[in-house]
Amino acid sequence: MQFLISLHINPAVLDALTDEEKAAIGQGHGAFIEEVKKSGELITTQALVDPSQAAVVSVRNGRPVVTDGPFLESKEYLGGFYLIDCEDRERAIELAARIPDAAITGLGVEVRQVMFADGQLEA
Amino acid sequence: MTAPAFEDLLRGLTPQVLGTLVRRYARFEGCEDAVQEAVLAATLQWPAEGVPDNPRGWLVTVASRRLIDRMRSDRARRERESLTAEELVPEGVPDTDDTLALLFLCCHPTLTAASQTALTLRAVGGLTTAEIARAFLVPEATMAARISRAKQRIRAAGSSFALPRGAEREERLRVVLHVLYLIFNEGYTASSGGELQRSDLAHEAIRLARTVHTQLPEDGEVSGLLALMLLTHARRDARTTAAGDLVPLAEQDRAQWDRGLIAEGTALIRASLAGPELGPYQLQAAIAATHADAATAEQTDWRQVHALYLILERIAPNPMVTLNRAIALAETEGPAAGLALLATLDGDERLAGHHRLLSVRAHLLEATGDTAGAYEHYRRAAKATASIAERRHLEARAGRVG
Repeated sequence: MQFLISLHINPAVLDALTDEEKAAIGQGHGAFIEEVKKSGELITTQALVDPSQAAVVSVRNGRPVVTDGPFLESKEYLGGFYLIDCEDRERAIELAARIPDAAITGLGVEVRQVMFADGQLEA
Repeated sequence: MTAPAFEDLLRGLTPQVLGTLVRRYARFEGCEDAVQEAVLAATLQWPAEGVPDNPRGWLVTVASRRLIDRMRSDRARRERESLTAEELVPEGVPDTDDTLALLFLCCHPTLTAASQTALTLRAVGGLTTAEIARAFLVPEATMAARISRAKQRIRAAGSSFALPRGAEREERLRVVLHVLYLIFNEGYTASSGGELQRSDLAHEAIRLARTVHTQLPEDGEVSGLLALMLLTHARRDARTTAAGDLVPLAEQDRAQWDRGLIAEGTALIRASLAGPELGPYQLQAAIAATHADAATAEQTDWRQVHALYLILERIAPNPMVTLNRAIALAETEGPAAGLALLATLDGDERLAGHHRLLSVRAHLLEATGDTAGAYEHYRRAAKATASIAERRHLEARAGRVG
């Protein structure tokens, strides 16, 4: 079963962390990636640029209109994701609990099953 | 010999050759590489020079030589081993089929079901890692890591290639059957992209189940599983429309069912039901055969289906079985009886919010004339499923009653 573990970051929460804490998050993700690679459960993981760099695109009267900034004004933004292929939902939750963000108040780690997939998986 | 015939011959021989090597040298990983190389050599040589009189012996000899060459070039190993090629390469090749032993090894209890499945397809099914990865819609690197971890685990568990005995053997055989069932299901319920490659999985599962059945013709559950696969596979063309929409059993065009597979599956299950044992696969196959017997949905012998579910519920209690029995009960006693049985499942954690429970309840509410209740449950079921085709189907049902 495939699951997307999405990481919802809060820039204010991240800014309030010490350098050591930030480094620990980076190392924690590194260790987690190694582990799920070895176990054959990682499909891919990607991190996104800061939400301030987002563009929102809409089409009005047949013409595209582009505005700066994220679509949703909120405290938390999608910072990245892990796409995992594992035994079941319990295992996906168990893996999500090992992501450092899960231990930090104000950051969100969400697990949802994939329902449709297509396209190239190999980079 | 044509190319497909070659492939079939090699595909059938590969696990036997691998089994022989593993039994002899007890190094799963090295053996697998050596066998793959021998198979490659065969595909290059045989078309030009003809198939040898003893193709299996040829493969065993070539693979053994490759393995020994590698062992020799591996210094650390050479310290431990003082074997020579002459001692290792056998005069005659034993005629026992080791496919079953290999299946038992791949279905080692230390592995997760996903790993057992992958390893079985790789070692016994003779699929490449890339093929397995495609079938399960994951990158090749992910599948390669999974297979390699599985081999390490088997090695770490110090498992021997000897077939387990007594109760352990029985238990391991159940795991093997479950893994084959999972492989079949993966191919049968292709719910996203790459359907074509995934139907190969159903073929592969049937081929492996046939192999096990040839080895253990007296085992009722082995016959039951093979029959269940054949009877289910017989309906494959009628299950979806050209647009990919699901067609429920009652609405399927039965002219599209594969009569050859139905005849084979029905004969298998009839013969096995006369045997001394009765297990869950046999009962599920008997239910599938009962459906296959009916020329039209209206002619289905629902009493028999219900009776079979009752026995299944007794020997392998499981909320999903009760759910299916509720459908049969509704057909014989009316939808209210079915709903009453469903109500007994409401406290079951395993089914709480499950789309099947919601959709069966919706279906029975619709039959009682409670359109509002049916609409509500179809909508909830549509939200709860992880299959796009199923969601479309349930939304269409909701639209029809709403």
